[in-house]
Amino acid sequence: MVLWLTRSRNVAHHLKRKWDLVGVLNHSSSLCSSSLHQHHHHHHHHRHCSSSSTSPITNNSRDPDTVSSNSASGFSIRRLESTKAQQQLDSVYDDHDDENQVLDFPGGSVMLTSELRFISETPEKRIKCYRVLDDDGQLIMSSSFQEVSKELALKMYRNMITLQTMDTIFYEAQRQGRISFYLTSNGEEAINIASAAAFTTSDVVLPQYREPGVLLWRGFTLQEFTNQCFGNKSDYGKGRQMPIHYGSNKLNYFTVSSPIATQLPQAVGAAYSLKMDGKDACVVTYFGDGGASEGDFHAALNFAAVLEAPVIFICRNNGWAISTPTSEQYRGDGIVVRGQAYGVRSIRVDGNDALAVYNAVKEARKMAISEQRPILIEALTYRTGHHSTSDDSTKYRPVNEIEHWRVARDPVSRFKKWVERNGWWTHEDESELRSSVRKELLNAIQVAEKAEKPPLSDMFTDVYDHPSSNLFEQERFLRETIKRHPLDYPPEVPV
Amino acid sequence: MATRLNRLSRWHSVFKRGYSTSADEHKLQRSGKTVNLFTAINQALSLALETDPRAYVFGEDVRFGGVFRCTTGLADRFGKSRVFNTPLCEQGIVGFGIGLAAMGNRAIAEIQFADYIYPAFDQIVNEAAKFRYRSGNQFNCGGLTIRTPYGAVGHGGHYHSQSPEAFFCHVPGLKVVVPRSPHQAKGLLLACIRDPNPTIFLEPKWLYRLAAEEVPEHDYMLPLSQAEVIREGSDITLVGWGAQLSVMEQACVDAEKDGISCELIDLRTLIPWDKETVEASVKKTGRLLVSHEAPVTGGFGAEISASIAERCFLRLEAPVARICGLDTPFPLVFEPFYMPTKNKILDAIKATLNY
Ligand SMILES: Cc1ncc(C[n+]2csc(CCOP(=O)(O)OP(=O)(O)O)c2C)c(N)n1
Ligand SMILES: [Mg+2]
Repeated sequence: MVLWLTRSRNVAHHLKRKWDLVGVLNHSSSLCSSSLHQHHHHHHHHRHCSSSSTSPITNNSRDPDTVSSNSASGFSIRRLESTKAQQQLDSVYDDHDDENQVLDFPGGSVMLTSELRFISETPEKRIKCYRVLDDDGQLIMSSSFQEVSKELALKMYRNMITLQTMDTIFYEAQRQGRISFYLTSNGEEAINIASAAAFTTSDVVLPQYREPGVLLWRGFTLQEFTNQCFGNKSDYGKGRQMPIHYGSNKLNYFTVSSPIATQLPQAVGAAYSLKMDGKDACVVTYFGDGGASEGDFHAALNFAAVLEAPVIFICRNNGWAISTPTSEQYRGDGIVVRGQAYGVRSIRVDGNDALAVYNAVKEARKMAISEQRPILIEALTYRTGHHSTSDDSTKYRPVNEIEHWRVARDPVSRFKKWVERNGWWTHEDESELRSSVRKELLNAIQVAEKAEKPPLSDMFTDVYDHPSSNLFEQERFLRETIKRHPLDYPPEVPV
Repeated sequence: MATRLNRLSRWHSVFKRGYSTSADEHKLQRSGKTVNLFTAINQALSLALETDPRAYVFGEDVRFGGVFRCTTGLADRFGKSRVFNTPLCEQGIVGFGIGLAAMGNRAIAEIQFADYIYPAFDQIVNEAAKFRYRSGNQFNCGGLTIRTPYGAVGHGGHYHSQSPEAFFCHVPGLKVVVPRSPHQAKGLLLACIRDPNPTIFLEPKWLYRLAAEEVPEHDYMLPLSQAEVIREGSDITLVGWGAQLSVMEQACVDAEKDGISCELIDLRTLIPWDKETVEASVKKTGRLLVSHEAPVTGGFGAEISASIAERCFLRLEAPVARICGLDTPFPLVFEPFYMPTKNKILDAIKATLNY
């Protein structure tokens, strides 16, 4: 059961109806959209804004009607009739705010003011971060969250350990030269697994690259991961892409692509399809603090808002984009605040708190589907590993910063403490799990290494649905060349 | 970039890398130390910043030295207002660079991989390239240089291997330059930075560490739009650029064992390109082979073939041969098959001679 305890939310909901008071209350928290809303003397019924009593929306959420309605007669300034509410407003607005006048323009109505005042570049307060478990894995008593069953909690924990172990072993395999590249999710296990747990497999995933845990949760086997990293004939990508570029049509997980942020507008298109098909599902797309700087991010949020697409944007704000710290990536209150600018509902969550991530995503999914709208989630975390095996992050960030996050803020041990405290997990369970996952992985590597590479013919297929004549010609020519110079070609690729 | 792999490197040794500037130029410059390609580029950037207070170096991760170490030490030396990280946004990097250049500065932008240049395509093609023309020369962004690593590296797959030069060679107003070695890179990069036209400088990333040669420590420039005959011969002309030249050179050496004399030309600047040097060579040899890593269809080799067919039709004794990348995305596991290898070139040299 969902328990939304925060008082202000109820107040906000209350205000939606009792709008006589809104002007008064809102004014104290500066001019916000809700007060503008009151100047529309219409009552709007529109499809998606259900505002159910359990909806955890804070009072700064923007009703789309404030911009979509009243586009009447071009550009005009008009004085509204005085109402009871208006009189109340009069009494609280200072002289500068000519609250009786609105500028009515095609984009809606905005209040006029004679005061020359710029909006500050920094909000008075930063957006708070939702969390359920404290650093020590203790439940924060006042937090609103959905109970997680023992079964679910253990599945989450097991998946986190599996992901961690996979990272350790594949990283090592790269170091030994057995695979060409690897990239860990260290420090971001909770975002990976807890967000995955909040979706169903009919929800469609468009990943960046640091979310293999989502695929793991959906049932991609360790052998399947291994096959991709080794680029053998069982790799669904047919050995064409670098390691970690997983994809599974069966599991609704789009294939990873290296170019940053390209998945974001695509996610909106995919979500629009679910919407048109009337599916009880949404799209989730992941990206980093760096990715949020790409043009594609901005296009995606705007499209999602305008097209009312059921898509959840999950930003893993891990503090770094390779060597670039967030202070050189953006100057605002992170990624979460961009939601409102585009008309997208958003929340900031502690990405190292599995229960908080799970709850936020679960609720986001519910709203995305029932209200057919996008949601932006900013999960605060830290990339405790190097960017990839091509990187040495001690060149650009202090070792003690890494160590602090790796040890004191580790999301897996935080969740473990909670699970242990519930009496659901023992030391024996832990060592048994770790050693069995290890064994499974080492075995998977042996199998993957022994397996053949994809056949040469796979080089020419899938460029188009059917190979074009130039490809036939090139394949024929290549085969002749191989016959003449067999030593030029790796014998593990069957010709 | 990642350490090279034991398992795979056997196959990479098929295309041995590392080309050197020809002996002639060395005679002129004897003052240099042996340095690798990324160090030579670092020297050029350093000189550009030193000699022009209005020069700036920026891009993703450049402050700590860049993922290929080309900008190492520059932020410390020149300050972080002249050498800085940008947000992760290629269209931003190039658009910013155009504006900076239009105000009379030398904007030296880095795109982390050529594979990631496409978000900036509009800024490059519609903006940088047309800035001068569309304003009747009231404005220009000639101070803009876009450096970007391109090409195969043995394990880069689709998105760390591409050679996108042909896209940009289709755009009047841009210059496209590709160096083959450290010495060349330093001189050509300084020339690009100081050239009054927007320039794309494609760095062969396979050679960053692999290629080393003596590079003069002082400031020097090599001419743009001038090809260089790096090996003289009489039977066939080979034209290439960047990392591919070392592969072509090996083919020339092997062909020589079979008594075939090859002339090898480094085009260096792809647009506007030095047709005259290539034409003169083909008029002498009567045969032409062009080789590049990018897919053969619509590659810049096609332009060279067509131009030379126009100019040397009656002198050609065989069709122009193109040994290039295949018409597939750049494939990880199949990279050795995709590549225009020495033996593919050698076979084509022989076929052309026996035509
Ligand atoms: C378009 C594009 N530009 C540059 C890169 C090179 N690159 C790969 S990862 C990365 C940093 C991404 O940072 P972020 O989005 O924060 O994700 P994180 O790695 O922290 O998970 C960069 C610049 C790329 N892959 N794609
Ligand atoms: Mg990041």
